[in-house]
Amino acid sequence: MLTTILKRLLGAIPNLIGVVVVTFLLTRALPGDPAAFFAGGAGTAEAVEEIRKKLGLDKSLPEQFIVYVRDLARGDWGMSHATGQPVLTELTTRLPASLELTLAALLLAVIIAIPLGILAATRPGSWVDHLCRGIATAGVSLPTFFTGLLLAYIFYFLLGWAPAPLGRLDPYLSAPPLVTGFYLIDSLIARDFPVFVGALKQLILPTITLALFVLAPLARMTRASMLGVLSADFIRTARASGLAPRTVLFSYAFRNALLPVMTTLGMVFSFLLGSNVLVEKVFAWPGIGSFAIEALVASDYAPVQGFVLSMALLYVLLNLSIDIAYGFVDPRMKIEN
Amino acid sequence: MSALLEIDKLSLEFRTRSGIVRALENVSLQLPEGGSLGLVGESGSGKSVLSFAVLGIQDAAATITGGTIRFAGTDLLADGGSAMKTMRGRELAMIFQNPRVALNPIRQVGRQIEDVLLRHTALRGAAARARAIECLADVRIPDPERRYSAYPFELSGGMCQRVMIAIALACKPRLLIADEPTTGLDVTTQAAIMRLIRDLGREKGMATLLITHDLGLARDFCDKLAVMHAGHIVEVGPTETLFRTPAHPYTAQLVRATPVGQERLENLASIPGNLPDLRRGDLPPCRFSERCELRSPACATPLPNLVVSPGHLVGCHHPQARSSP
Repeated sequence: MLTTILKRLLGAIPNLIGVVVVTFLLTRALPGDPAAFFAGGAGTAEAVEEIRKKLGLDKSLPEQFIVYVRDLARGDWGMSHATGQPVLTELTTRLPASLELTLAALLLAVIIAIPLGILAATRPGSWVDHLCRGIATAGVSLPTFFTGLLLAYIFYFLLGWAPAPLGRLDPYLSAPPLVTGFYLIDSLIARDFPVFVGALKQLILPTITLALFVLAPLARMTRASMLGVLSADFIRTARASGLAPRTVLFSYAFRNALLPVMTTLGMVFSFLLGSNVLVEKVFAWPGIGSFAIEALVASDYAPVQGFVLSMALLYVLLNLSIDIAYGFVDPRMKIEN
Repeated sequence: MSALLEIDKLSLEFRTRSGIVRALENVSLQLPEGGSLGLVGESGSGKSVLSFAVLGIQDAAATITGGTIRFAGTDLLADGGSAMKTMRGRELAMIFQNPRVALNPIRQVGRQIEDVLLRHTALRGAAARARAIECLADVRIPDPERRYSAYPFELSGGMCQRVMIAIALACKPRLLIADEPTTGLDVTTQAAIMRLIRDLGREKGMATLLITHDLGLARDFCDKLAVMHAGHIVEVGPTETLFRTPAHPYTAQLVRATPVGQERLENLASIPGNLPDLRRGDLPPCRFSERCELRSPACATPLPNLVVSPGHLVGCHHPQARSSP
């Protein structure tokens, strides 16, 4: 088991090298001159030149790359020129915000999508099946920023049920002492229930927005996979052996249907990290997505590179954990490794 | 003596988008306690549909439109099949073709046997596990303790079929339905599996319903045969009688199409025509008549149920008297 994990981690190294090279080149290929941007509209040519030198942008591309890699190897991800903070600090303080939102959305989507998919598969043609199809269609056809704005408009502006879409916590509340960086968990650890409720209220709308988006692929995959498994020969054997319908449905059918659902789960998780960028913007969520957008607009290289690199790391970890989970669900996977 | 399994005038339809498929019509069968009956016929003749209906695991689109199925005197179709639900897997069990895909691929085979034991017996925990290992030993699986934790993909097809037999026999059923149990196995394994089914049947006094399109296999294995064609049972009788003096033209042709001993391929006769489309509204009373050499205007009238000799029945206006070579 441990050797498998180690092997997989080693196998991820080429991917990471690729990510480092590509992000470096892509950020350099972006239009706009950071030196001119930071010098401002009134900056003289000498000032721009000086900033360029200070940023190391006067060197040739290979030289810049070597400097970048050398710094990375020392754990230095560079400085954000817009905020004046080291990129690594910015990312580590903002990542929990994004992760809390993403995981909450994923959890909500799974809680709704999987039972819905199972019900739809066991009663094809019923109202549950139609509901499943309806939600799936709505989920894929509504862009997240639109759903987000619509929800904020209805539940905050019109109905006033939700708090203002302004970040993770009401400005009158102070953040709980940092343990995990997840406000919901940290506030519970601190037994600060008003903060827990406050954080939860802020979380609801963006979570629903993101969950709606990933509900569709999850529910559809669960339904399709269950339908396939339910018509398999071994389900007929289980029924012929007189096993209880619950046993047939859960221990036999669902566990077998789980593999494609898990694959989809991994995929939608990465979709979520991507669509976070927009949803964080709509709800003023202080996550790494909104940070990356601001950096991109400012042609601030280091944060953009840092963002892409941390995303790549997340993907690698995510795929690894899904592969490990496969091994638990399906014994055939373990052997192949 | 009353039969263990008694099917009386069973009719079953599939409601599909392209029409109603009359898959079984007035099917009657008796199987005595401890007996072995072979249900033979070409693919699509309704053999499996019939056996699924006995266990109540037919497709959701299937409706039983008439007749009864009695098992040891109990009406299996009464109360929406409630009696069947408690007997299935305990009193009546079934094994299937293609054993490698008929077992749960991600559950240890021992656990699959245990699932059945937990459902139907009072055994729990270590006792259930011990009994599951015993079941594996019963079907002559070497090293059953180690095999308990094997997954189907780690076993050969023959081993998987043994496991399936172990699952079916775990609760000592009185009737075993074997649906093409040797399909998907190689020839030497086929013989071993059939011997195992026969020996276990004798040991435990269990009746066997063997479903097969292989007449040779049915001849070796069964005391009685029932020949199915297009959802009808056309002839029932003792195995050797049916082979020597088939009364129904379809049986006669099936026998002629079955290789015996050193028979050469060119001496085997194929049966012309195909099964009729069972969705048709104008199906003739005899569903074989359109393929039959002996067809006459009488074939358009309702089928008789002739007794050729005691225990040998045929549904045909022109039963053949001559014996086949």
